[in-house]
Amino acid sequence: MELLIQLLNGIQYGLLLFLLASGLTLIFGILGVLNLAHGSFYMVGAYLAFWLTERTGSLWVAIPLGLAIVFLLGLLLERGLFSRLYHRDHLHQVLLTFGLILIFEELRSVLLGDDVHGVPVPALLSQSIPLTETLSYPIYRLFISGVCLAIAAGMYAVIQKTKIGMMIRAGSTNREMVQSLGINIGLLYTLVFAVGVTLAGLAGMIAAPVSSVFPGMGNQIIIICFVVAIIGGIGSIKGALVAALMIGIADTVGVVLLPEFSGVAVYLLMAVVLLWRPQGLFKVA
Amino acid sequence: MKTPVILIAGSIGIALLPLTGSVFYMQLLSKIMVLAIFAMSLDLLVGYGGLVSLGHAAFFGVGAYAIALLSPKYEPASFWLTFPLALAIAAALALVIGLLVVRATGVYFIMVTLAFAQMLYYLFHDTKLGGGSDGLFLYARPELKLAGAKLLNLEAPVHFYYLVFALMLGVFFLLRTILASPFGHALSAVRVNEQRMRSLGFPALWYKLAAFVLAGGLAGLAGYLSACQFGFVNPEILSWHYSAGVLMMLILGGMGRLYGAVVGAFAFVLLQEVLASDRLFGPLAKHWQLPMGVFIVLIVLLAPSGLTGLAQLAKQPRAAVDG
Repeated sequence: MELLIQLLNGIQYGLLLFLLASGLTLIFGILGVLNLAHGSFYMVGAYLAFWLTERTGSLWVAIPLGLAIVFLLGLLLERGLFSRLYHRDHLHQVLLTFGLILIFEELRSVLLGDDVHGVPVPALLSQSIPLTETLSYPIYRLFISGVCLAIAAGMYAVIQKTKIGMMIRAGSTNREMVQSLGINIGLLYTLVFAVGVTLAGLAGMIAAPVSSVFPGMGNQIIIICFVVAIIGGIGSIKGALVAALMIGIADTVGVVLLPEFSGVAVYLLMAVVLLWRPQGLFKVA
Repeated sequence: MKTPVILIAGSIGIALLPLTGSVFYMQLLSKIMVLAIFAMSLDLLVGYGGLVSLGHAAFFGVGAYAIALLSPKYEPASFWLTFPLALAIAAALALVIGLLVVRATGVYFIMVTLAFAQMLYYLFHDTKLGGGSDGLFLYARPELKLAGAKLLNLEAPVHFYYLVFALMLGVFFLLRTILASPFGHALSAVRVNEQRMRSLGFPALWYKLAAFVLAGGLAGLAGYLSACQFGFVNPEILSWHYSAGVLMMLILGGMGRLYGAVVGAFAFVLLQEVLASDRLFGPLAKHWQLPMGVFIVLIVLLAPSGLTGLAQLAKQPRAAVDG
């Protein structure tokens, strides 16, 4: 039973990682930009969840408000900064987004301080499902998994089945060709970036009640997202899903089996995958 | 290769600084020169080899941990023993990681180096290997003896200062010689067109691996000196903020010019000192990372070829505009 709970936790963590990593890999796969600051949007989302819940009294109000704010932030950043990076070296992208991390982290410190905050689980989902007489599993964690799965399905449907998805797929292979066919690729890119940022923000918001809200939370998780992208093959959403689940389970099971080396376990997994497939499990052509 | 005037003038300035007798400036400059060695080692990878590593702090950190772990608890270790050993450990680690990462290219290389460095960070952070998250103290600096007599006393800031200065010059000329050698030319050629070098029969991967190991060893040297200066190591010196910081020094100074790495280290640390200065900014100094972040964004957007690039641009204003 104990193991089942760990497994469920691992899947929930993995799905949350997927939500973050899919935005990262979407932005890289289509826009060609490596965004180190992706974790900052996770942090922004979590702090928005905290701040807005405190103001409005409900996470249900905070989430849509927060999503709108993060989406707007994404639009502004793409127009103002990232659109200037498309033809630049990866090195420049790395450094510019590193600068953004410092800015976001320090702004957070100036505006909201350096304390650790908690966000209450909404009353509707605060129950637990009893598994045995002594063990139970919180409904809120199942809710997180459900949201992530719904988004994964939605993303698949949009990218594979809709016209806009077709344009996005085409735009990722040949930007100029898509443009010459009369599609406003600039607008498309802005949209993709803003959606990627919003996914990171959403991940932060729904994770806030479980993980609490603390300084540096974005930097911690972004590296794991990179590992997810490396294992899955950067640019591949399917790869992100598979790798995120692998990492999520390896990490939570690792904590139980080898607590001291749990931080290292996911990187060992990465090293093994790299030896076997240097371009990740699902290489994007 | 011509030695730039700025370098000669700068070296004379550095050599004369201890005459002022200011321990504060000697220590500040020692710190900068250590970072200059670190930045030069990364320049070999990024500027010449085209290998953008975001995990270079791993080797710096391992060099630092090596001296802390090799030293007896309260007595000084031997410099002649620990110095080459620390370098060898950092280089050996670079060999292991290098074997795994040199096959990766472009953005993959960035992410994989970052991830491996982070693995080391967690190894030192979570396990008892190096004192966990608290780190380790180095109670006595290594002894530099020759035939039984003390050659340098590293506890004295002046002696340490000149040792670092000499090593910085040594690394500079070593790298300059290597880059001017056939190996250096082949490495640069691999950066420009790896496919062609392969078809010409050059083992491109081995060139990259050799550069990775050399850069790792030299970063370990910088880490060794840093641990000797501060008498303290903790996992933060392995973190990717450190790796990104040294990359920033390269961009700031100008990549692919060794003296650019040195200029970048000076500019970066001095800027950091100014922004974090209580005297200048009072309570705002605490938030020095905010202006630093804005500065980094602006440099990348407006002056991606760095300070030495700007200087060259100023010399030949018309020709360089479209370059």
